[in-house]
Amino acid sequence: MFLELFFQYLVAGLTYGTIYAIVGIGFNIIYNTTGIINFAQGEFVMLGGMTAVTLHAFLPLPLAILGAVLITMAVGGLIEMVFIRWLVKPSVLRMIIITIGISILVREAALVIWGEGVRSLPYFTGNEISALSFGGVRVSPQVLWSLGVCGVVVVLLNLFFKFTMLGREMRACAANRDAATLCGIPTRNMITLSFVLSAGIGALAGCVVSPITQTQYAIGSGLAIKGFTVAILGGLGNSMAAVAAGFILGILESFSIWVMPTAYKDAISISLLLAMLFLRPSGLFGNREAFKLKDF
Amino acid sequence: MRTGRHLHIFYLLISVAAVQLLTFALGKGFYLTQLTMTAYYSLIIIGLCLLMGYAGQISLGHAGFFAIGGYTSAVLTTLDLSAHKSTALAGVLTKLSILVARQDLYGEQALSLHPWAACIIALLLTVVIAYAIGVPVLKLKGHYLAMATLGFGTIIYSIVLGTQQFGAADGISSVPAFPLLPGLTVSGAAGLRISNYYIAWGLVACGMLLLLNLINSRVGRALRSIHGAEDAASAMGVDTAAYKLRTFVLSAALAAVAGVFLTHYNGGIGPSEASIMKSVRYVAIVAVGGMSSLWGTLIMSAVLNFLSLRGYFGSLDDAVFGAILIVIMLFSPEGILQFDVKEMVKKMLRKEQP
Repeated sequence: MFLELFFQYLVAGLTYGTIYAIVGIGFNIIYNTTGIINFAQGEFVMLGGMTAVTLHAFLPLPLAILGAVLITMAVGGLIEMVFIRWLVKPSVLRMIIITIGISILVREAALVIWGEGVRSLPYFTGNEISALSFGGVRVSPQVLWSLGVCGVVVVLLNLFFKFTMLGREMRACAANRDAATLCGIPTRNMITLSFVLSAGIGALAGCVVSPITQTQYAIGSGLAIKGFTVAILGGLGNSMAAVAAGFILGILESFSIWVMPTAYKDAISISLLLAMLFLRPSGLFGNREAFKLKDF
Repeated sequence: MRTGRHLHIFYLLISVAAVQLLTFALGKGFYLTQLTMTAYYSLIIIGLCLLMGYAGQISLGHAGFFAIGGYTSAVLTTLDLSAHKSTALAGVLTKLSILVARQDLYGEQALSLHPWAACIIALLLTVVIAYAIGVPVLKLKGHYLAMATLGFGTIIYSIVLGTQQFGAADGISSVPAFPLLPGLTVSGAAGLRISNYYIAWGLVACGMLLLLNLINSRVGRALRSIHGAEDAASAMGVDTAAYKLRTFVLSAALAAVAGVFLTHYNGGIGPSEASIMKSVRYVAIVAVGGMSSLWGTLIMSAVLNFLSLRGYFGSLDDAVFGAILIVIMLFSPEGILQFDVKEMVKKMLRKEQP
């Protein structure tokens, strides 16, 4: 019984871990190309889930998810073009405040559009009570869906950044923007693209976990803090490490419920964030020497 | 310079009195309630202005310090210690009138800490916490500093929301009035509206005087040098870490004072006072006021807080502050009072030319 409970908590942790990992990856994509931490990252997840629920009213599920991802990508691109594209070398403080402002506006817009209600997509296969049994541990198929989607996203992203021209151009832009410009890479378009890409990934995550965690207009900011914790934990800019860090955080949180009141769950992950920032800001898997050279 | 500063404080007091007379003349005495609350919020905001505009350090967790002050005072003044009445310590404390008898909500006798004692404990606690948080946090810069302070604010919020002793989602109510001096009581009673209005704004005037003296002194120059170029300031022999830390603690203490007074004035405090949105709102107002302009920040704080508290923004309250943040940061990062339309148009025209 004890062992079963242990694995049950583990599975719950992995489920939350995937969504944290995907939000963390979203942070990393934008940070890599722009040097900006996008505080509105969690809002993309919320937008994806909410839009998919609305579209699902008159579209089959796969089309609704596709539509939600595309719409959120468009919103991400639009946000970049309206608020960020034309700023000339803005200070970090200014960017922080602008992205916080964007996240508030998106959240309030969602409140006006969708109201305060909690919504969710239907389970992709089966329903709330269908479960696969692995030696006594019961796992919802949706958990496998979210793990699978997270895995596919990570692999595709890696292939994209390693083997496509566009991906390489984005990496060049991340390494040295001036040099990339001199090589004829349209760096401004790369930045827009990074917002579109991370909005799309966030929206996809929002759709996949919506049946389990449900979606509400206000979930974004909490997810943003968790995602940032994950990005820091893995080392800012390192997407593969973010996945590992996401699982670590998800599992830690899940087991903390075992010993502490649920209300303190958020405090756990944030204490972890603070401890990392104070003790090892380069991340668990990051290189300390390389971190010192970064402009921060 | 010195006379100029005192002159400005004098103008502030005159306008405070003028506003009171105006509400009296218009028969809108009830506006004073919101104006008093505005004053307390302004106290946090001018402290944050010192930290952000002069020392150049962002804090997205100032509502946390406000809540620490307010909740400590609320808990200590409502805690019933009658059970320990017979102990020697309680006897001594009662003689010193640190413990006072009062009637609780149901009309029964209760023994609680005097608000002054609670206020001092709340302040000490805030200073200690600000110190403990400030030492590691202020070593961080940029995004990391923003996230760390945001994390601090979130922790305070989730503790306040999740702890039964703090009333969880309901907060703490029936906090007693705060007898400041004989004849001066911080309380929301309608009869004391005018005196409370002056207490609150008097406190703001004291805060402004303190901060204005500070920024025009050696400390202020050191802070501005840190804001301009921290490495250069450090090379010139400015102890940057110590100055940043002291500024952080001072602004946290101002937030806590505001928290204590507003809690006694409202007769209670709820978890929404600790929410991140409050912290962001304070940052927004400092940004509108022009970051490094105490007077600009105070004026914008008075206007925006009053409009918000009177409910002029309706259900779009948060959206208004979000929009303000973006618009100010995009078009006029120096604040709205410094906004130069001519310069803006000139810049745009220049861009059009090849």
